[in-house]
Amino acid sequence: MTEALDLSLYTKPAGDGTLGMELAVEGIACGACIGRIESAVKSLPGVTEARLNYTNRRLHVAWADGAVQPSQILKVLEATGYHGHPFVPLRAEKEEAAEARRLTRCLAVAGFAAMNVMLLSVSVWSGNVTDITPETRDFFHWASALIALPAAAYAGQPFFASAWRALRSRALNMDVPISLGVILALGMSVVETANHAKHAYFDSAIMLLFFLLVGRALDHAMRRKTRAVAGNLAALKADSAHRFAVGELVSVPVAALKGGDRILVKPGERVPADGTILGGNSEIDESLITGETARRKVASGAAVYAGSVNYSGALTLKVTAAGGATLIDEIEKLLEKAAGAKSRAIRLADRASRIYAPVVHLTAALTLAGWLVAGASLHDALVTAIAVLIITCPCALALAIPAVQVVASGALFRAGVILNAGDAIERLAEADTIVFDKTGTLTLPEPRVANIAILDPGLLQMAARLALSSRHPLAVALSREAEVRMAFDGAVEEPGQGVYAIIDGVEARLGSPEFCDVVTENTSSASAICFRHGKRFGVITISQKLRLDAVDVVKSLRERGLDLRILSGDHPEAVAPIARALGIEYWQGSMKPADKIRCVEEWKARGSRVLMVGDGLNDAPSLAAAHVSLSPISATDVTQAQADAVFLGERLKPVLDAMVIARRARVLMTQNLWLAAIYNAIAVPVAIAGAVTPLIAALAMSGSSLLVTLNALRAGGRTP
Amino acid sequence: MNVLIYLVPMALGLGLLGLFAFLWALRSGQYSDVDGAALRVLSDDDIEH
Repeated sequence: MTEALDLSLYTKPAGDGTLGMELAVEGIACGACIGRIESAVKSLPGVTEARLNYTNRRLHVAWADGAVQPSQILKVLEATGYHGHPFVPLRAEKEEAAEARRLTRCLAVAGFAAMNVMLLSVSVWSGNVTDITPETRDFFHWASALIALPAAAYAGQPFFASAWRALRSRALNMDVPISLGVILALGMSVVETANHAKHAYFDSAIMLLFFLLVGRALDHAMRRKTRAVAGNLAALKADSAHRFAVGELVSVPVAALKGGDRILVKPGERVPADGTILGGNSEIDESLITGETARRKVASGAAVYAGSVNYSGALTLKVTAAGGATLIDEIEKLLEKAAGAKSRAIRLADRASRIYAPVVHLTAALTLAGWLVAGASLHDALVTAIAVLIITCPCALALAIPAVQVVASGALFRAGVILNAGDAIERLAEADTIVFDKTGTLTLPEPRVANIAILDPGLLQMAARLALSSRHPLAVALSREAEVRMAFDGAVEEPGQGVYAIIDGVEARLGSPEFCDVVTENTSSASAICFRHGKRFGVITISQKLRLDAVDVVKSLRERGLDLRILSGDHPEAVAPIARALGIEYWQGSMKPADKIRCVEEWKARGSRVLMVGDGLNDAPSLAAAHVSLSPISATDVTQAQADAVFLGERLKPVLDAMVIARRARVLMTQNLWLAAIYNAIAVPVAIAGAVTPLIAALAMSGSSLLVTLNALRAGGRTP
Repeated sequence: MNVLIYLVPMALGLGLLGLFAFLWALRSGQYSDVDGAALRVLSDDDIEH
């Protein structure tokens, strides 16, 4: 039976009779792919637009309503050699795109104004020491005001809005001194210009805005880039489900499933949604849910959870509405509690601005009072006080941390770590204890051939090629391990038994011991799959395997003074060998989600900063409870949503890289804060003395900003 | 120095022209795929094979 593919969830009418769809495209390798993909899709009659965005690997297709089926577009892509995964852009992503455009516009305006005001200012500075006439200087100052005032009103909005929000909630953030500095500098400059004064600070104010906008725009661009990659990965992961419609089976995206739908789960597929079994018998692997690697036998009436793998027989499920399943309920309850109790770590930048802002404002006020007491005129005292506000320019301080964050998250991105939470870097750096989950975290998410060393390579190769004709998870694991591509012609699968084919005139069988007529002593933890070709036969054991570099990474982490522990939902007999192989002394098995939370809370109470690394649904609550958390990309959606960062690939090294980069970033952030403090310690006395001219202000501001930015670049260095 | 009365506004006008050109480019989506634009220029899609 051929199955129809229903993608209506992803198509969106554009209003002019056309439909549009967004696809994340997999397999793009070079620039030539752009033309190949676009012309292939455009060759479909009815397609009006096909535009590939090479930067984020997304294809936008539009077609006349009814002219093409969306599934045809996927087929054409497939035939060209690419995989397309339809998706609906997240709301957050759209809002961020709008915010990025707004920041870039502000940046452009501030940049234009800074350049032109600087041009005029340099003329005034050089004129002041030579022979500029007061009339020309006034003209230049008024021209500067004409540029700077509207530009600051426009480009300063992100800072003014944020400062206003902070003030309304009776708090201080870094944007308060920035906004105050800019507004006072501009106001004073206008008054000074009207009084035909020698100095005006239009350039300082507008340059401050420009530098800060550069930092903010870069920070935003980096976050958008990681968000886009994360969105694509989610689209790649989204499976389809087989739903029973009237008399036929329709393939629909999992997101389109509703409570009460009847779906079919074929052997070898992942269960797409929580449900109860209406018909069929099978064994299911729930390691992603509970961490337990032993398979569970299920029959009619049993509850199954999204994310488990169906092993032997086809199952008909009734999708239960959200909140119907007891396990998910329990985990959600724990999650709510854990997330609520999670003490919000105070970010370094907030702590710095909490000290900085009052000190600066107090210093300015004292300067004003001091000069008045010393007998200066109100005008002179005010000018000096405002100069203090400008020179203590929060520029270096406001760039100190975001600059490091941009470079460090770029380095993390290259190492395969995608950040979910903005302050994850700081919290990662503070971690002193790492708690690993076992299944899917220390071990690979998919089972592997365990006894590859003692098998006859020729026999294994043949078995793997035969395995290509089966969807059984063990067969899939075998063919993936041997990296074979050519299936045998005429291979037949006996559901629940195995596959057979005639190879070189002799029958070959792959499957259960009975099916292959092989006698084996049953091994406990590993699953066995047998192969017979004529008289030759072999038993291939398939089990969970450690990630390739797990031993080395664990050793390096321990050398960095981290306390390593394992909390697993699997049986203690399955955890012990893993812990032994890695040399991890503290481990516990058979942990329920609540047990894991209890352990994490206990260690937190003793003062440990816990980094939790886990992938299972059973890990989600403890991920939320831990100080900071990581999860592999193979984790369940609920789990990934709780993690502060997600890492890609089959290796464990990203965990080590994340620790190294985060710790280095933390050191650089502290250094930068000290650099800014030292700069202020030198500049403030000069300002209080009333010796600051706009030229000195401009030099100091650019110099200190450049210094912290250059220092921040060191966060992107190599990892071991 | 009376020449400045019209030279400075002229310089500003030219600068504004550049600013508006950039804002227009931003609005028309020319910065949404910077990597792709660098590669598209290399493809010979105007030559019939």
